[in-house]
Amino acid sequence: MAITASAFESLELKDVGRSFGGHDALVGLNLTIRAGEFIALLGPSGCGKSTALNCLAGLLPLTHGTISIDGKRVDTLPSEKRGFGMVFQNYALFPHLSVEKNVAFGLQMQGTPKAELKARVAEAVALVKLEQHTKKLPGQLSGGQQQRVAIARAVVLQPRLVLMDEPLSNLDAKLRLDMRTEIRRLHQSLGLTTFYVTHDQEEALSLADRLVVLREGRVQQIGTPAELHNKPSNWHVADFMGYRNLIDLTVEAVSGEDVRVSGAGFSLNGHAAQQVHKGESVRLAIRPEDLTVVEPGDSVRDGNTISATVAVVEYQGREFAVGVQTAEGQTLHVRSAHAPQIGDRVTLTVSASRALVYRSSLDEDSAGSTPELEEVRA
Amino acid sequence: MSTAVDSRRPGGDSAGAPRGAGQRKSSASLRHRLAERGIDKSLVMLVPAAVFLIALFVYPFTYGIGLTFQPSLLQQEKWGGGIFANYLAFFKDPFVFDSIWLTMRLALPAALINVLASIPVAFKLRGKFRGKRFMTTLLVLPITLGTVLTAQGLLIFAGRQGWLNRFLMEVGIIDAPLQLVNNYIGVLFSLIITGFPFAFLLISSYLSGIDPSLEAAARTLGADWKQRFRRVILPLLAPGLATTFILTFVLAFSVFPSARLVGDAMGSTRVMSLMAFRAFGEQNDYPMASTIAIMMGVVELAVIALVLLWRSFLYKGSTGGKG
Repeated sequence: MAITASAFESLELKDVGRSFGGHDALVGLNLTIRAGEFIALLGPSGCGKSTALNCLAGLLPLTHGTISIDGKRVDTLPSEKRGFGMVFQNYALFPHLSVEKNVAFGLQMQGTPKAELKARVAEAVALVKLEQHTKKLPGQLSGGQQQRVAIARAVVLQPRLVLMDEPLSNLDAKLRLDMRTEIRRLHQSLGLTTFYVTHDQEEALSLADRLVVLREGRVQQIGTPAELHNKPSNWHVADFMGYRNLIDLTVEAVSGEDVRVSGAGFSLNGHAAQQVHKGESVRLAIRPEDLTVVEPGDSVRDGNTISATVAVVEYQGREFAVGVQTAEGQTLHVRSAHAPQIGDRVTLTVSASRALVYRSSLDEDSAGSTPELEEVRA
Repeated sequence: MSTAVDSRRPGGDSAGAPRGAGQRKSSASLRHRLAERGIDKSLVMLVPAAVFLIALFVYPFTYGIGLTFQPSLLQQEKWGGGIFANYLAFFKDPFVFDSIWLTMRLALPAALINVLASIPVAFKLRGKFRGKRFMTTLLVLPITLGTVLTAQGLLIFAGRQGWLNRFLMEVGIIDAPLQLVNNYIGVLFSLIITGFPFAFLLISSYLSGIDPSLEAAARTLGADWKQRFRRVILPLLAPGLATTFILTFVLAFSVFPSARLVGDAMGSTRVMSLMAFRAFGEQNDYPMASTIAIMMGVVELAVIALVLLWRSFLYKGSTGGKG
């Protein structure tokens, strides 16, 4: 096994920022990446995630902050001296070189002896299962094959860190799932450290050991997939993590972390995910999977009921995704085991622990999420 | 027009009709059936262009070739060879034959310098920066100047009594004025001034057709700027360089006004077009002028063929970018 990751203990990003002509694209990114970790940087387009990746790769100079590996600064090194592999969104394969030569490019730059070069290229090509296509030009390959060449080209150098910029966004749905598994397999079998940028929360949750959610260049939350999935730090992260029901309500009563909120024609018992006060206007976040239609014989959870009219029914395989509307005109997304008829009156229920209550404003919670950041860095 | 349509139809139908008659009649429209045989009726619209081409290029050109085989009595007596006397004159008269070498000596370096100088300039002007538009305009401006204006400017600026020589002498760098015009250097300068904008514009557009992420990829693979240029940019740019070279070479090869105005018309810049003009205008030998003109074309074609041959060995596919 010649291809393994080069060893290092940890890579530290300290207060990394980048601005373009007065506009801050990335602000105060603090993150410690341990060797062997798979980190996903997640956010909507324009949130600064590609900026962060390019800064890490050295393709963009930092405006402030430092990047260091085991205490040695690397942000002052040019891109070609950092020893990071990168997989581009459009693959960026050299169109005039065959698959073999594309993969060999980095090794040739290092002046690897011919025999070793041949062996390592062959191994990398075999790793991504392209042995039959070594002499072809990139233009003769399918999208998925090109993507695999791009990955082989990056990992053949045994990089300290592999950077991936939305590598699956140009592939069709089925291929995307296959390549997702492939990337995770390579990451594990080669012991790579991977930094992966995506806007697809499902991709990020399934691939990464830890996720970083960005919004307008600022970190919103850093945590494991389970942490982000179950306890988003603010409603923006919740929105991104699939909490499709975001309802603006008012706090009626607070007792510890149990909150009673009302408005929009109903009132519910919920769980305060952020500190809220009586009378404050808040945003309630509920996943469609947690908000269910009460079937005859089912019991209502935690005394939470909402009555609504069925508006849209989508078949989704095992269950139905149902769009309902309350009397006040609030649209809610729910799940149901059977298909209700359009226009049916239904009663919905949700357990109090899965109805998360957030402050409406996002700005203050940067202060609220900082302790969590520190915790991750420690 | 109508005759063209008629003459086309029978040809198109006769190809398949005899066999088609016996078979089941196709239900496809006439247009589709013609298209299947590679005939597109809308091609009729090319007829006016074809007429112009024949009247203004093909006929005069063949007429010119015909003329070369009707040498004047003077040439026949001097060189013999019957109808080939003009060609014998071309190859045997060193005064005429040497003009090939003299033209090459100007056109090849001029084209080469234009292409090579354009590469770094186009590279530098590729990114976004303040004043880019101004710089580009400045570089392209000489296109708008005619060759005559350029020649005039060169004579005034670099002549024996020009600003440049006067300045250098006042400062004391030189004792006698430098001979910069009315010779080889003057013509070469003028060819570079007029040819560079073309080369720069062409190479800029070829360069913008190369996906910038290819260079970024090469960087992350450890290639320094020299390696990135040699291994990635140059192979993708080379076909464009070949095309640019051909175009600037052709421009420079047919040099006439500057060879006469800033050159040494009967000496070191005795280019082929000047020789053709001499035969036509001064010696009234129209057939000989045609011969020189045809030979000019032959030499140009030979150079172009060589460059295209070299280009055919290069990668010519997509360069990944917008171009």
